[in-house]
Amino acid sequence: MSDLQAFRQETRDWLEQNCPESMRHSTPGGDDMCWGGRNYKFASEDQKLWMDRMAAKGWTAPDWPTEYGGGGLEKAEHKVLKEELAKINARSPLDSFGIWMIGPALLKFGSEALKQQHLPPIVRGEIRWCQGYSEPGAGSDLAGLQSKGVDMGDHFIANGQKVWTSYGDKADWMFCLLRTDSEAKKQMGISLVLFDMETPGVTPKPIKLISGSSPFCETFLDDVRVEKDQVVGDINHGWTIAKYLLTHEREMIGGMGSADVGGETLGQLAAKTLGTEHGRMNNPMLRAEVATWEIDGACFGLTAERVTDEVKSGQGVGATSAMLKYYGTELNKRRFETLLKIHGSDAVVWSGEASKGGWLPRTWLRTKGNSIEGGTSEIQLNVIAKNILGLG
Amino acid sequence: MALVLNEEQQMLKESAQGFLAEFAPIAELRKQRDAGSQTGYADNLWGQMTDMGWAAILVPEAYGGLEFGHVGMGQIVEQTGRTLTASPLFATAILGVTAINAAGSEAQKTELLGAIAGGEITTALAVDESIHHAPTQISMTAVKQGGGYVLNGAKRFVADGSTADKLIVVARTSGEAGDMQGISLFVVDRTAAGVEVERVEMTDTRNYANLKFSNVEVAEAALLGEEGKGFKALSTTLDAGNIYLSAELLGMAQQSFDMTLQYLKERKQFGVLIGSFQALQHRAADWWSQVELCKSVVLKSLQAMDEGDKHAPVLASVAKAKLCDVAELSTNEAIQMHAGIGMTDEYDIGFFIKRSRPAQMMFGDNSYHTDRFALLSGY
Repeated sequence: MSDLQAFRQETRDWLEQNCPESMRHSTPGGDDMCWGGRNYKFASEDQKLWMDRMAAKGWTAPDWPTEYGGGGLEKAEHKVLKEELAKINARSPLDSFGIWMIGPALLKFGSEALKQQHLPPIVRGEIRWCQGYSEPGAGSDLAGLQSKGVDMGDHFIANGQKVWTSYGDKADWMFCLLRTDSEAKKQMGISLVLFDMETPGVTPKPIKLISGSSPFCETFLDDVRVEKDQVVGDINHGWTIAKYLLTHEREMIGGMGSADVGGETLGQLAAKTLGTEHGRMNNPMLRAEVATWEIDGACFGLTAERVTDEVKSGQGVGATSAMLKYYGTELNKRRFETLLKIHGSDAVVWSGEASKGGWLPRTWLRTKGNSIEGGTSEIQLNVIAKNILGLG
Repeated sequence: MALVLNEEQQMLKESAQGFLAEFAPIAELRKQRDAGSQTGYADNLWGQMTDMGWAAILVPEAYGGLEFGHVGMGQIVEQTGRTLTASPLFATAILGVTAINAAGSEAQKTELLGAIAGGEITTALAVDESIHHAPTQISMTAVKQGGGYVLNGAKRFVADGSTADKLIVVARTSGEAGDMQGISLFVVDRTAAGVEVERVEMTDTRNYANLKFSNVEVAEAALLGEEGKGFKALSTTLDAGNIYLSAELLGMAQQSFDMTLQYLKERKQFGVLIGSFQALQHRAADWWSQVELCKSVVLKSLQAMDEGDKHAPVLASVAKAKLCDVAELSTNEAIQMHAGIGMTDEYDIGFFIKRSRPAQMMFGDNSYHTDRFALLSGY
């Protein structure tokens, strides 16, 4: 037996014993995420147990080095773990902006002290992070941000306003872009800093969205003390890291494009809901829309795969994250428009048990933000035109 | 399998690129058309291609071929899309080889595949009988008589039908139009008595034909495979055909994009390069993204054929549907962004739209393959 086969067997056995039964299927309504953090209310004891057990193995961040609490898995092992988790339909033990964003940035750009301080609590689900990037006057033009950090020797005093802070009211720490040199050129005077959301002067206020929920906040910073040892990378050179994180975010958002709903393809769902006659789904126009979506979805999925393979084999630059973000989010919006048509008037029921609290219309409305957050579709097209096609 | 080319495939791609640029560029197509060529390519082109072994790429080693695989062949075909090169490559080295290999007896494979690999014969596949692709709607009959069969019926839109040595003809030995059962394949000499060949000039000036069969007598040995059970081999052949047409359309989409992008960087209006206008930048960026999607699905479907993947038929329809869509977008955007000069015969960009549409329609357009995709997916 090869090492990898042995690893697969061990993993399978371990999961069999340690993944609670209730963590092996989705909850109705689809909100299976586990965010962790100081104030997190676990949906069940099993959810906490599952997170803790996986965290103890470092498998909430499987490819991070073990010295920071991660799983230390090689790429091939990581793939095996994902496959074994998928096989038993296991839920993700922990979802967080710590794992997806600031963690990878710290691993790449952070000092040893920052890594030691922040990475292990992320792995254990103890600290929940949020992102302080956009401002009321700096959306697509992110480098135009105005929140200031004034140098006070060993610390900065921060003032300003952030917006679209995902779960800002529930997060424990923020990674935040501040202008620390107002004299320098736009991109040059920006620093990426970390601070506790309980620091005096930090006030997150939820923003109610068209979906009725409030996943985002505006966050006010009034004379907030930020220690200088909490600057990631060099002072005034945070823009490089910000861009790295944006790329990461784009890949993450773009990757959602072709996911199936509840293990069923769009076509299967549509055929079940509308019925078929002589092997063809009723409503030929909608059938064509569904099939066209699935064809585009398949091509997109293959493209994400190809880009990864090209990077691995060192061939070419491949399609960039801007393209995946652009196409993936547009695809996801199309998917929900089609889902609405499939479910007819049921699809616009906003509340009540039968509609699972209006899950579909609320999720549909949420997708409208996919092509806005992390850089709008129009910004992605600008990036492609300028950076890849060389159009000035 | 990783979605990347290996070193050998990459080398074949580059050598095809070099060869086609030298011996069969778009200028050659223009020359052939202006001279009223009956084939659409120079007389010695196929000889050069067979000398390089291109006719033998898909032929198994056991029958004198190279067995180099579909991904490799796909690279050549993609390049022929860039240069709009006509040749017997598609009808002979792809359709002919696939059909004979899928349906033929040992004796037929030995004889015919060997002859194709050696560049001795060319073939054409005669399937459709109406203006829309419908491979089960076969009315043409083959009736057993004496020691052989008698063929009656008509075929249209047959690529290379006016020049090929051997016609691979789809006829019905039992059942009625619409049935998958009862379909049989026959190998018929183009010059056989009772075969009437009408060359049809189409937008791409290639050598299509409409064929009429009036009491054409063939020997029993002309039957390719088992009587009445030819649909499976036909399906395999059509899937291969559609995947290679997708590869060719990909080449066209890429080349028309590259030429247009170049033009956006040269043409000035209002005192600036038109590529500086955001209205055009965004359309170019979206177009480029669509072409990226096409690259992935074409490579995947070529790999699926090499691996004998059971998803190859559905991938063939995904690829063809998507490529029809994007080739249409590409050839239309190319003309619109070239504007006035894009409408002139003098400029090469107009050749792309004229080759693209017949390639899209051959063996099913976007609507046919979207429908087939849905059927194969259970709805």
